[in-house]
Amino acid sequence: MSAPRSLPGEPEPTLAIARTMGLSEAEWQAVLDALGRAPTYAELGVFSVMWSEHCSYKSSRVHLGRLPTEGPKVVQGPGENAGAVDIGDGFCAVFKMESHNHPSFIEPYQGAATGVGGILRDVFTMGARPVASLNSLRFGRPDHPRTPELLRGVVAGIGGYGNCIGVPTVGGEVQFDPSYDGNILVNAFTVGVAKSADLFYGVARGVGNPVMYVGARTGRDGIHGATMASAEFDDESEKKLPTVQVGDPFMEKLLLEACLEIFAADVLEGVQDMGAAGLTSSSVEMAARAGTGLELDLDLVPRRTRALSPYEMLLSESQERMLMVAKAGREQEVVDLCKKWDLEVAVVGRVTDTGRFVCKATPGYDPLDDQPIARAPEVVVDIPIPSLTDAAPKYDRPQAEPTPRNKATAEMTAVGGPASSAVADVAAELLSLIGSPNLGSRAWIWRQYDHIVQDGTVVRPGQGDAAVVRVFCEDTSGTKEKLLAIAVDCNGRQVELDPWHGAAMAVAECARNVVCAGAEPLGLTDCLNFGSPEKPETMWRFARAVDGIRDACLKLDVPVVSGNVSFYNETDGRPILPTPTVAIVGLVREAADRLTMGFAAGGDVIAHLGVRSRGALGGSEWLVQRTGRVTGVTPGIDLDRELALQKAILALARAHVLSSAHDVSDGGIAVCLAECCIAGGRGARVKVPGADELTAEGALFAEEPSRVVVSFAPRHAETVQRICEEHGVPLASIGVVDGETLVLEGLAEVPVRDLEHAWSRALDPIVGPA
Amino acid sequence: MKIAVIRFPGSNADWDALHATRDVLGAEARYVFHKEPELGDVDAVVVPGGFSYGDYLRPGAIACFSPIVPALRRFAERGGPVLGICNGFQILTELGLLPGALTRNRQLRFECGDRWVRVEGRGPFTHAIPEGTVLRLPIAHADGRYQCDAETLRRLEGEGLVAFRYCAADGRIDDDVNPNGSVANIAGIYSEGRNVLGLMPHPERASEAILGNEDGFRIFEALRTHLEAA
Repeated sequence: MSAPRSLPGEPEPTLAIARTMGLSEAEWQAVLDALGRAPTYAELGVFSVMWSEHCSYKSSRVHLGRLPTEGPKVVQGPGENAGAVDIGDGFCAVFKMESHNHPSFIEPYQGAATGVGGILRDVFTMGARPVASLNSLRFGRPDHPRTPELLRGVVAGIGGYGNCIGVPTVGGEVQFDPSYDGNILVNAFTVGVAKSADLFYGVARGVGNPVMYVGARTGRDGIHGATMASAEFDDESEKKLPTVQVGDPFMEKLLLEACLEIFAADVLEGVQDMGAAGLTSSSVEMAARAGTGLELDLDLVPRRTRALSPYEMLLSESQERMLMVAKAGREQEVVDLCKKWDLEVAVVGRVTDTGRFVCKATPGYDPLDDQPIARAPEVVVDIPIPSLTDAAPKYDRPQAEPTPRNKATAEMTAVGGPASSAVADVAAELLSLIGSPNLGSRAWIWRQYDHIVQDGTVVRPGQGDAAVVRVFCEDTSGTKEKLLAIAVDCNGRQVELDPWHGAAMAVAECARNVVCAGAEPLGLTDCLNFGSPEKPETMWRFARAVDGIRDACLKLDVPVVSGNVSFYNETDGRPILPTPTVAIVGLVREAADRLTMGFAAGGDVIAHLGVRSRGALGGSEWLVQRTGRVTGVTPGIDLDRELALQKAILALARAHVLSSAHDVSDGGIAVCLAECCIAGGRGARVKVPGADELTAEGALFAEEPSRVVVSFAPRHAETVQRICEEHGVPLASIGVVDGETLVLEGLAEVPVRDLEHAWSRALDPIVGPA
Repeated sequence: MKIAVIRFPGSNADWDALHATRDVLGAEARYVFHKEPELGDVDAVVVPGGFSYGDYLRPGAIACFSPIVPALRRFAERGGPVLGICNGFQILTELGLLPGALTRNRQLRFECGDRWVRVEGRGPFTHAIPEGTVLRLPIAHADGRYQCDAETLRRLEGEGLVAFRYCAADGRIDDDVNPNGSVANIAGIYSEGRNVLGLMPHPERASEAILGNEDGFRIFEALRTHLEAA
């Protein structure tokens, strides 16, 4: 085989061109070394996307190995398109979360929509039917000029895709902070259900087997999307619009149904979606996992645009495409099922034993021409696959502890009793807080999502700390219904103050939310959003956040089964708050175990579970609103106490003695109680724990973790007491569900109607009245 | 009792309809793919919700050209009960089996959540529910604003063909409780022959205790008593 050549009209690759594709000088040299010659233009494109931060995890790989990924429930850990955990009876929950931050900032609707499309494909590529999606969103300050347009666009994009394909969007979280002014976050999560024995993997097995292209035709959209996601933003970012892909959820729906039928026909060896770096990464990763090689004939790639070059075909991130390796002789069955669903399908290559990624193309050939020239394919790419994967660059980048800049200030002194309070009118303060964008109702958002399609949503958005979906598990013995609880969490402010504590708190809160829905946590996926890894301070935070996730996952026994890293979330040198978002999937044993947050019956006892507040306000929403800064010392977390609390809540849920459960988080116990009142449409009379010793703000608005407010009928008091004692969890009766007013004894009385009024209008300043 | 649930490309509440009719109602329900030329031996047809053909051109417009449509039309014209839910309602109006059209919601946004609807017109899907009963049913649509010309509206009202109207919890009807700007708060209508019902709310997603709402099941139960009496 002669050495591959660039095609006529393509630039001759140089260091300068390599730099425009995001490669460093050392990496350019590594390309030359890997090939033993100069690359072709197409080859340079392949190296640049495969070695991009987005695809190679080159700055994070050395750290991610510390995460705990094994456990008895793990069916599939990291490294595949998605992770999977056992949910019993031979079925598993398949899930993953991914970022689509950069595209969503450039074009919010399509960026967010294709983020949803991509994560859905990651899940159904594994052979699982997607059953629920969630998302975690971060926007800049509410009064930033772009915030309304970005919020509207992202929400419409998520809804536009999810609603059309028919996967319910059942939950999520949103935070507004100035650090995201120039770099919003859109993290999309999807979970699906499959038979564990029937999972599909991204492997190009079987030398000689046909490689098949299924789905949308290839266009010029999204070229170098993976590279764009691996760089900072600046004033020129608007010009990156052509790197954003355009989604077609209808095409994806056809692809989903066709894929599930193709999988069931058992005609495939492996399959992978063409996500970031499109045809290139899917081909290379499938061959790498199988230890094979792969040869593509690019002349045969279905296309919708004229005069596509090999470089463009290899780097296009056109959406809704799959690469399949069929069992030899079974191609026609794949073709037939694709035709049933009106999908494009073509055999575009074959599996080889060379360990190399080889692409051929005929110079000047275009099947869209009226009279295409005769085909005479030449080799345009010939790269040893390990150089693109295992032997890709890997950096242990320098770390440096940031200089402490968050000294305690006077506002944070929470002790001294009510007389020392900074807050004079507690009722007004509570109404203002609960009516603010970070603490108020998210109904404007989730009303735009079909959160009930598939007939399975049994705890809807706003009803509980986690969403609960019923899934149908069908096999030869019949159909079993199972209940999955899912939550997604992160508070970047706490991570900013202390990355280990902040990340551990994110894991703990997420697991606590799942437990507060009555479920046992089974597995976790993460989406680690940080600034530039080339800054030692960012790398220091990243490394400690990974440790925090590790330690919390080990303590709470929740393995990490999939994940994603998004670096370079900064604009003009200003990084976002470090935001290691986590999502956890849990299993509710039976429907009666389900818990929701609303106070359910007058006369129920209200109790506080966990160690009571010491008034630590560091990083709290109240303090940020007061000072305009993320400041103070993190309250931190004691993971032993957290574990005991979660075990107690789960035992209480399974004993069916609670009427409600809601964890204390953003806004503190005052906002927690207000939310219980609003969700239940009932008032409460409460003696706030610590109110006599702490300032009003310390007692009411501190966001220390490991606390849950529950309510229960008086006749269950003894059982609740006993279960808490068995688990060593402090229990304090703090009040009773009563009337139509939230009475915080000695501090404030606020009618629930007023709370609801303020809370429901929290996003109005951004998006206008509903 | 045999029920066909038609699957168009882009139907996404097909499972919801199959589950409600087969597993909850206990009918012999099955999918019929849109490329089939015949419905087979069935007593009733459900045209489910979703985004047939991606809502391209107009919701429901392209589904009219699917191979199954002539069989569906014959079934409806022979008086067979047809239930069109959400996108199914949109398809039935595009087919001319129901009058009027469903346009973009007044607020120009997708709207999902429970709404109250008042049961009015009599027919195979409502005869067993007392007139004036208020049901809680979920909606999930971006194009649910029912519109028709004045003459059609007079006929619908005059002949009692308005099956469901958006209302308050106490049955009161005004514009405040109209989730999409539909004319006269119309949520669902019967055909002139009363065998075809189209509605935007999703009764199939409100038919089980575990979902916290069984109001929608009364519509399927009514169909069962209708078919059993026939």
